[in-house]
Amino acid sequence: MSEVLVLVDHVDGAVRKPTNELLAIAKKLGSPSAVFIGSADAASGVVETVKKYGAEKVYVVDDAEVRGYLVAPKAEVLAQLVEKTSPAAVLLVSGSEGKEVAARLAIKTSSGIITDAVDVAEDGTATQSVFAGNYTLTGKVTHGTPIITVKPNSATPEDAAGAGEVEQFSPTISDAAKGAQVVASQPRQSTGRPELTEAAIVVSGGRGTGGDFAPVEKLADALGAAVGASRAAVDSGWIPHTFQVGQTGKTVSPQLYVANGISGAIQHRAGMQTSKTIVAVNKDEEAPIFELVDFGVVGDLHSVLPALADAVEARKN
Amino acid sequence: MNIIVCVKHVPDATADRKFESDNTVDREGVDGLLSELDEYAVEQALQLREKRDGEDITITALTVGPAKAVDAVRKALQMGADKGVHVSDDAIAGSDYVGTSLVLAKAVEKLGAESKVDLVVFGMASTDGSGGVVPAMVAERLGLPQVTLASVVETQGDQVRIKRDGDTATEVVGATLPIVLSVTDQSGEARYPSFKGIMAAKKKPLETLTLADIGVESSEVGAAAAWTAVEDTTARPPRTAGEIVTDEDGSGAEALAGFLASKKFI
Ligand SMILES: Cc1cc2nc3c(=O)[nH]c(=O)nc-3n(C[C@H](O)[C@H](O)[C@H](O)COP(=O)(O)OP(=O)(O)OC[C@H]3O[C@@H](n4cnc5c(N)ncnc54)[C@H](O)[C@@H]3O)c2cc1C
Ligand SMILES: Nc1ncnc2c1ncn2[C@@H]1O[C@H](COP(=O)(O)O)[C@@H](O)[C@H]1O
Repeated sequence: MSEVLVLVDHVDGAVRKPTNELLAIAKKLGSPSAVFIGSADAASGVVETVKKYGAEKVYVVDDAEVRGYLVAPKAEVLAQLVEKTSPAAVLLVSGSEGKEVAARLAIKTSSGIITDAVDVAEDGTATQSVFAGNYTLTGKVTHGTPIITVKPNSATPEDAAGAGEVEQFSPTISDAAKGAQVVASQPRQSTGRPELTEAAIVVSGGRGTGGDFAPVEKLADALGAAVGASRAAVDSGWIPHTFQVGQTGKTVSPQLYVANGISGAIQHRAGMQTSKTIVAVNKDEEAPIFELVDFGVVGDLHSVLPALADAVEARKN
Repeated sequence: MNIIVCVKHVPDATADRKFESDNTVDREGVDGLLSELDEYAVEQALQLREKRDGEDITITALTVGPAKAVDAVRKALQMGADKGVHVSDDAIAGSDYVGTSLVLAKAVEKLGAESKVDLVVFGMASTDGSGGVVPAMVAERLGLPQVTLASVVETQGDQVRIKRDGDTATEVVGATLPIVLSVTDQSGEARYPSFKGIMAAKKKPLETLTLADIGVESSEVGAAAAWTAVEDTTARPPRTAGEIVTDEDGSGAEALAGFLASKKFI
């Protein structure tokens, strides 16, 4: 069975959940091989994790020549592994970096690329959700090695261990790939809440919060949810851009999305329309967000959310 | 200094965007415009020129697309770009990212042959395809450093520094010109064309190039040369109307809690 390369998405050796989802998809297409580009110290922990979720093989690549540069060296590593293994496909997480690595890899290996897949079938047919979630599109790579980036939350990780056979791989990184140098890096501060793109529940606030996110956060904590925001809230400086949901923010696809004081502009929908259940609190009954909801409350979020948080806590006990 | 800004003409996102029966985007039924995210790219190019007052800086807006796509270039000229280039050829229709990036890269090379290109600026993603992959592809093809998704751009001499809000970290990235740059919608509001700008744009040079002009074979682009094939497009079934309640003295929170419990979220 052909290998399927999965680029491990991690922060300093902490494997992010979408990687485990990719391994589950890879198993449908062939034999999952994880590619870990990182520091040698972190390798054993990473191998443990990806093995647990089905990696038959793990290519461990020391990142000494990769770490300090933007995107291009990672694409070179993968291109060399594609050359070596002739895989059935290469899967990457559909984040900003994953997509750009995939883009360069496609050119390097003369391969077709599909971005933002929400599902990949056994035969390689990928499903995408386009035009702000208004259309579903299926398609296939017809040339070269299928290179597919898959959105987080598109598959359920499978707790079925693979052989996890480790192979060290030493790539050659060209000088040309080192043109964009990372001169400083500030890791994202953990909020103590679930990761926005990975969370099962997202509670978001918009302009309607008037800048006070406390009710949104209180409800999020009662539900064990991640906090999100509209661009209006971000542009007002109420919350950092990393919390933004939408076309130019994060795409989320949780089990439950709770939109508070958000009107439901097309660009916001683009980032949340594929959520399984959608709930909104908005004081304007005409707000377009109500066209999307499974349940909506016309009311002031400043009174509804605290009461809801209390009701949630009460029902938990 | 020579700056090229790549701008795409896209169907209006607030209109009812559709696919044709052949699974290509309906570009006739919906009004098109300069992709809003590319306005930020034009804006950054203009700001760079303003900050480097006294230098001889030419900004060229480049688009690849059907006849109507020239409107995207026009808008860029109205905002303040100096020259426009529209690559238009029937053979390009149906191209995927790979094809589009080839045409853009070849067009940049062709413009570079006339006078060296220092900076190629892109939007972070097109508002229709929203792949966000074309800048990286063009960088790969041109062999230039890729400095992408910038929320802040600073230049000094031939040095460029940007801030990039990545998935897991905020990074400062540095590179030496020439480079490929892409900017996000966090990089600063794009200006509206002024009346003067609109009048001036009418006199600015606007060149139309064919594939032959930039040295691309028809067989290298278009639907037949695409390395991906769309098999099917389906409109999402409308969501079934949900239940809407009006909050009165806390009833809304109770009703919503009941709904969440019924769905096992509590
Ligand atoms: C190129 C481009 C990209 C964009 N990308 C994004 C993106 O990624 N994400 C995004 O979100 N937007 C994006 N936008 C912006 C988008 O078009 C909207 O402007 C934005 O989503 C509006 O945010 P909002 O819903 O919070 O604000 P508004 O549209 O102002 O809505 C506020 C809502 O709050 C309600 N409200 C007010 N007070 C209360 C209260 N006390 N209680 C309850 N409800 C209340 C109001 O009734 C209203 O419906 C983008 C726009 C463009 C052009
Ligand atoms: N047909 C095109 N003509 C000019 N520029 C384009 C075209 N397609 C994409 N671009 C540029 O590439 C960026 C990213 O596009 P995409 O990868 O399609 O999301 C856009 O913001 C534009 O700057």
